[in-house]
Formats: sequence, C-alpha cells, structure tokens
Amino acid sequence: MILNIDPGIVDWSRAQFALTAIYHWLFVPLTLGLSFLVAIMETIYVKTGDPEWKRITKFWMTLFGINFAIGIATGIILEFEFGTNWSNYSWFVGDIFGAPLAIEGIMAFFLESTFIAVMFFGWNKVSKKFHLASSWLTAIGANISALWILVANSWMQYPVGMKFNPETARNEMQNFWNVLFSPVAVHKFLHTISAGYVTAAIFILGISAWFLLKKRETGMARKSILVAAIFGLITSIFLAITGDGSAYTIAQTQPMKLAAMEGLYKGQKANGLVLFGIPQLGKKVGDGKNNFAFKVEIPGLLSILGYHNMDAYVPGVEDILNGGYKPEFQNITPVEKETTLPVSEKIERGKLAITAFGYFKKAKKAGDEVSAAKADSTLKANFAYFGYGYLKSPGEAVPNVALTFYSFRTMVIFGFYFILLFIIVLYFHSKNQLQDKRWLQYVMLWTIPLVYLAGQAGWVVAEIGRQPWVIQDLLPTRAAVSMIETTSVQITFWLFAVLFTALLIAELMIMTRQIKLGPKDGGTK
Amino acid sequence: MFESLSLITLQEYWWMIVSLLGAILVFLMFVQGGQTLLFQLGKTEAEKKVLVNSLGRKWEFTFTTLVTFGGAFFASFPLFYSTSFGGAYWVWIAILFCFIIQAVSYEFRSKPHNFLGQRTYEIFLFINGALGTILIGAAVSTFFTGSQFSISKEQLANLGNPVISQWQGPAHGLEAVLNWHNVALGLAVFFLARILGTLYFMNTVDVRMILERAKKQLLVNAVPFLVFFLAYVIALILSRGFAVDPVNGIVSMEDFKYLHNLFALPLVLILFLTGVVLVLWGIIIPLWKSGKSASKGIWFAGTGTILTVFSLFLLAGFNNTAYYPSTYDLQSSLTIMNSSSSHYTLTAMSYVSLLVPFVLAYIWYAWRSINKKKIDFEEMDTEEHTY
Repeated sequence: MILNIDPGIVDWSRAQFALTAIYHWLFVPLTLGLSFLVAIMETIYVKTGDPEWKRITKFWMTLFGINFAIGIATGIILEFEFGTNWSNYSWFVGDIFGAPLAIEGIMAFFLESTFIAVMFFGWNKVSKKFHLASSWLTAIGANISALWILVANSWMQYPVGMKFNPETARNEMQNFWNVLFSPVAVHKFLHTISAGYVTAAIFILGISAWFLLKKRETGMARKSILVAAIFGLITSIFLAITGDGSAYTIAQTQPMKLAAMEGLYKGQKANGLVLFGIPQLGKKVGDGKNNFAFKVEIPGLLSILGYHNMDAYVPGVEDILNGGYKPEFQNITPVEKETTLPVSEKIERGKLAITAFGYFKKAKKAGDEVSAAKADSTLKANFAYFGYGYLKSPGEAVPNVALTFYSFRTMVIFGFYFILLFIIVLYFHSKNQLQDKRWLQYVMLWTIPLVYLAGQAGWVVAEIGRQPWVIQDLLPTRAAVSMIETTSVQITFWLFAVLFTALLIAELMIMTRQIKLGPKDGGTK
Repeated sequence: MFESLSLITLQEYWWMIVSLLGAILVFLMFVQGGQTLLFQLGKTEAEKKVLVNSLGRKWEFTFTTLVTFGGAFFASFPLFYSTSFGGAYWVWIAILFCFIIQAVSYEFRSKPHNFLGQRTYEIFLFINGALGTILIGAAVSTFFTGSQFSISKEQLANLGNPVISQWQGPAHGLEAVLNWHNVALGLAVFFLARILGTLYFMNTVDVRMILERAKKQLLVNAVPFLVFFLAYVIALILSRGFAVDPVNGIVSMEDFKYLHNLFALPLVLILFLTGVVLVLWGIIIPLWKSGKSASKGIWFAGTGTILTVFSLFLLAGFNNTAYYPSTYDLQSSLTIMNSSSSHYTLTAMSYVSLLVPFVLAYIWYAWRSINKKKIDFEEMDTEEHTY
C-alpha cells in the first residue's frame, strides 16, 4: 500500500537543499570573480614584467585555491541531491534538466580542473604565456559552469522548449535553443555572474583595506584596490542593469514572485515602488488589513520597472489569487490572454489534467485508443495548470511575502551601496588619499560580510519567491520529492550542517592565517 | 548527423558513453587507492608529502569525472537517476560524504591553522579511498544483482502521493552490502584502486624507499584483488540474469544470461579478456622488470581497467538486458530502452559529446606540460605551491 506523502519530508528536503545551496553560494561567487581578477593581475604582470604583480597575483591565487576546494565539495552534493531528494522531479523534467548538468561537466569542469593545476603547479614548468592562458581558461571554465547550472535553474522558473508526453509521464525537450536562450536564463546568468564579480571585488577591497589599516604591504594593497575597484564599479553597474532585466522578466513570467518582492497584495495601475517599508505582521490574504505598518513609496515606479509602462497594471497577491484582470504581457504568457483565472479555478483545471493523465494511462493499458485520445485532449487543454492540481488550497500558491520582500530590499540596497563604495574608493585612490582614510578602510573591510549577505538575499528572492513551485505552474515541491523516511533526511540534514560548518570554520581559519602571513617573498618592492 | 539515428542507436551510443565514463572513473580511482597507502608507503613526513603531492595533482580529475558521470547518467538515463538516487538514498549519501571530505583535504591538509589538524585530513583521504571505492563497487554490482524497488508512472495521477518510484525496504540502499556478490565487487574495486595507486606512484615518484615499499604493496594487494575479482566474475557468468524481450519489453530471469551476453557480443568478450590480461600484465611488469620499464605498469593496468569495466557495463546494458534490475518487481527493471531521455535530448547531447576528444586532447597537453619530471624531495623543497 502506498502511503500519502508526509509533509515533513517536503520541508526537510527543502531545508537540506537550501542548506547546501546556501553554503555553496558562500564559495562560488568568490570563485567566479576572483578567477577573473587573478587572471587580470597576471596579465598586468606578463605585460609589464614587474615581479611585484607576480607576487600580488600569487597572493590572491592562494586565497582563490582555498576557496575553490570547498566550493567543489558543496557543488557535488547539489548535483546529486536532485536525485536523492527530488527523485520525482528528476524523472518529470530530467529529459530537459539533465542535459545542462552533463554539458556543464563536459564543457566546464574539465576545463577548470585541468587548467587550475597548471595555474598552481605550472609557474616554473610552463612558459609565462601558457600560464597566463591557463589562468584565463580556469576563469572561463568556472563561468561556463555557472552558465549551465543557471540555464537549468532558469528553466525551472520559466519552463520553455518542451512538451509533456503522457506515454512517458514526463516533459520532453523540443527546442534546446529556447531552453538556452530564454530571456530568464540570459538575465539570470548575467546577473548572477556579475554578483560573483562584485563579491570578489569587495573581497579584495576589504582584505587590502586590512593591510592598509595594519600599515603592511601598502603597495600591494593599493594596486589590488585599484584593479578591484575598477572591475567592481563596472560589474556592479552591470549588476544593476541585469537586475532590472531580471525583474522585468519576473513581471512577465512569475507575477506572484514580483508581488511578494513588493509586498503587494492589491495591485493597481501606475503602481508605486516601495523604497522602504515594514510589512504588517500577521497579514493574511483577504483579511483586509494594510500590507504595511509603514512605507515610503515612489509613485508609478513599479509599473515602469516591471512593465516599462507608467500606466501598467501590476497585480498583487490577492489579484493573482482571485484572477479576473487582463495581463499586460501577451507575448510571453499566452495561456490567459484576456482574463486571468482565479487560482481556485487553476487548481480545478490542474486536477482535470492530472485525472486525464490517469485515464490516459489506463486506457492505453487496456488498448482503448478512443478513450486515450479523449483523455489526451483534456490533458492538453489543461496542462498549463498541471501543477496546481497538487495544491490543496489557493493559499498554497502564495510564497512567504515578508521574507521575499525584505530579501529583495537587502539585495537592492546593498547593490547600490556597492556602486557608491567603488566610486568613493576610486576617488580617494585617484587623490592618493586612501592610506589616510581609516574610516574608509574600515568601511571596505566590513563590507565583505555585506556582499555575502546581499548574494544570499538574492537567492532567497529567487527561490523562496517562486514557492510552491519547483517547476513554475507544473510541479510543486510536494510532488517533486523522493519517497524516503523523514527521519533519514533529518539525519542527513544535520550531518551536512555539521560537516559544512566544520569545513567553513576550517576555511575561514586557513584563509585568515594566509592573509595575516601576507604575500610571500618579503615586503613591497 | 545524429538526428537520423534511431532511438535505440542513440540509447546504445549513450550507454557506451556512460560506460566509458564509468570505466575511466574506476581507472582514475588510483587516486583513492593511493590515498589508502599514504601511511604504508610514507613512513616519514617528507615521504608522505611527496605521495600527497603526487596524488594532489590528479584528484580533481577523478572528482570531475565522477560529477560528469553523474551528469551524463542524469541526462541520458534520467529514470535511473530518479530511481536509484532517490531510492538507494543512504548508499549514495555515504558515497557523497566520502567525496566531500576528500575535496578539501588536499588543499587544507598542510595549511597552518586548518582547524581539524593534518592527521584528520589524512584520515579523510583514507576514508574516501577505502569506503568510497568499496561503496561505488557495491553500488555498481547491483546492476547485476538487482535492487528492491518498484516504478509506476501512473502514480503521477495520485494527488496524495505522486512519487513514481518506491524503494522497498528501510535500509535504502545499504542492504546492498549484505549481498556477498556486491561486497566482492566492492573489495575487488578497493584492491584494484590500491594496485593502480601503487603503479601510479611507481610512475610519478622518484624516492627509492617509497618505490621499494610500493613493490611489496603491489603483491600484497594483487592477491586479494584476484581472489575477489575472479570470485565475482565466475559467480556472474554462472548467475541468472535479467533478460528483456525486445518485442514487448517483458523482463524475465534467464540462466547464464551474462555468459550468453559474452558469447552474443564477441567484441565485448575480446575487450573483457584483453582488459584482464592488460591489468595482470601491468601488475607483473614492475615485479618482474626493473628500471624505467617497471614504471610503465600503470599504463597497462590503467588501460586494462578501462577495457574491463567498460565491457562489464556493456554486459549489463546490451543484448536485451535490464541494467538496473528490480528483484521486487521484475517489470519495474530499468533497461536502456525504458529509462532513457527522448530522441531529441539524446541527439542534442550527442553533438555535445563530440567535444570529448577535444577535452581529452587539452587534458593530455596540459598534464604533459607540468608532469615532465618525477616528483622527489628536491621538488618538494623548491616548489612554491605544495599540499
């Protein structure tokens, strides 16, 4: 007898995946950005022949190596957790989702793992140019790896280029290029890698500021700051631009996520953007209470940013639940062209689709082609709502609004702060006053934790904001899990938590020690 | 090019790629085998450092191959990924744990202030080398011995529980180690990895004492390897296998199925026998010869390992055989036909597979450029980046 799924297994599987992803994202952004910054510094060394730049390159490369190892450790878990904890998902969309993972291995991981060895062990064994090429190839490999996993993640947020096949009970890829170049994938990739670049730039800024505070290695620190601040300013502006692009695609593809990001329950035309606000505690859908205890809003800005139209109607959580409004976008959400359906209706249609699938399988087994064709037709007509059929109530379609709202603001506010910081740092660097501004050195140093906080907040927006969906509208988390005992996942959750934490402590201790030791070969030249 | 191929041809092509990746992975587990020998071959800190650094330049390669093997399996046979990983939860999690602790150990081991101490990271390397190889061997053995699971795609229509695959039994994969066949293959892989590790050291290290000890270890590990490997192979060819009717897909038990497969696939038989001979030759050379030729054993044993493991995977999946059989419900067994990705996805992936020779070429070029000279004490003293 097959028992119903224990809700605990869904929560613990989510917790385990979130734990792994959070730890993974502590290490990956630095790898993405620091690999390029190291390659840039080495390029300056090769171009100028100045041995000081070789010394600087090697110092940052040492920190890169320490960080890289632990990123690999957490990365392998993420890949296999799709199978261990989300087995139903692995079949339901494995035909599409598996390909980017395999391509990531073939195209990126081997590039990284081969040339990182040359980077570290090849200084005295290969030519300068070959070594430099290896550093660049390592950076490119790391970023190609990010491309494929982000394509896979984007596809979960905006499933395109596929078709459900009731014979195999899964979605099958129809167009690889639609998956690779979907607007969500393009924006997500560019936004995420730029976040990595900014993280690395701030990491270098902060560590270099520490050297300035200690009045050690000031030459190396100033040179590193210059490279990092220029790189950081360019990439942080790009981060803001791609962030805007991401929000625009979210408005089109995941309106509920946008509503949660804004804490918006009742939408309107020319909707304002909440600059600062405190969402009302205990606010529930349809309770008539104000969304916010306090807010500062810029009129019309959300309509402009989300829809590029001052008068655009932005639906809130309750509007999406109740349906009945005309969506602004017709090109990308073709299912409900005139009027959106209430979620309760979507749930009914989803159940129709799922039941039709069951009838289809039974009819096929019995060799009844007529009934199978009829069931297939019902399934096709309602497939866009397939995942809703697994929801028990419309309220389940609403993510955690307060968490998404605060995370979004944390990410955006810090994002603009980073741009400002890079400008200030470059200004004082150009005036040759960086060494004298101790307050700025402290600010740079203490910005390191903030950039990590911003990065984590970004992923909270992306992943909490899309709940309850693993695959938008097609598969909720509860239908995606593996059928294992909750206690098993509880045990592995705590095992991973202890192990990752121990390794993180080890990494921080090693890195701190290496920073204190400073670059090898004595003082500045 | 690939579009015109039939689905079954693409399925066979991808089974061969997955098999090749699995075979290369087993060869590259010389890193794991070497890790279990650190304490036996390295009696002083300096010797251990040489050994760790010799392996440290290759470990990421094994790791990457494991990840790519997983990714390729997911992309080409997602029903296996879904059923095995989600069902045999504990065995896969145990394997993953073994590899997490390996990933940081090289980089962290000798760094000051490393929190857990150098010895802990060396124990991590030992656990990865011992438990990792045994568990992977045991898990792969279930391709022949079967597991207890059922699959019902109709289950997707059950709103209360739409999970299509169910593992039968609370041990979630750990029960594999209660089957002596699985344990025998696990131990055979473990001792093979140690043999390959020994041969690798003979090829890359230039420290006399280490080489002398390695020679002894080669013999010590060759005996149990041969015992477990031969026991496994003999039991395999005498066992009943999981045959698939190519017309209706019905799975049934067939006496001497894998022996029949060997005769039905003569090329596989040749590959298998050649592989075994090469492994034996790779072991014998250093025991028999001395000097430069003694260090060539890894190339023979490595090639032999790849051919042998590759042919074992082909035996499991080709000639109408269920490669991931269910002993609980025979008809739930996975075949390369019923568990693969669609024609479109396999075609798209096949184009990507054309990159593989290019990848192999740059790996070869890069490694040659930094491994021209054997590792010795002098290099450890002068090299700026060491583990």
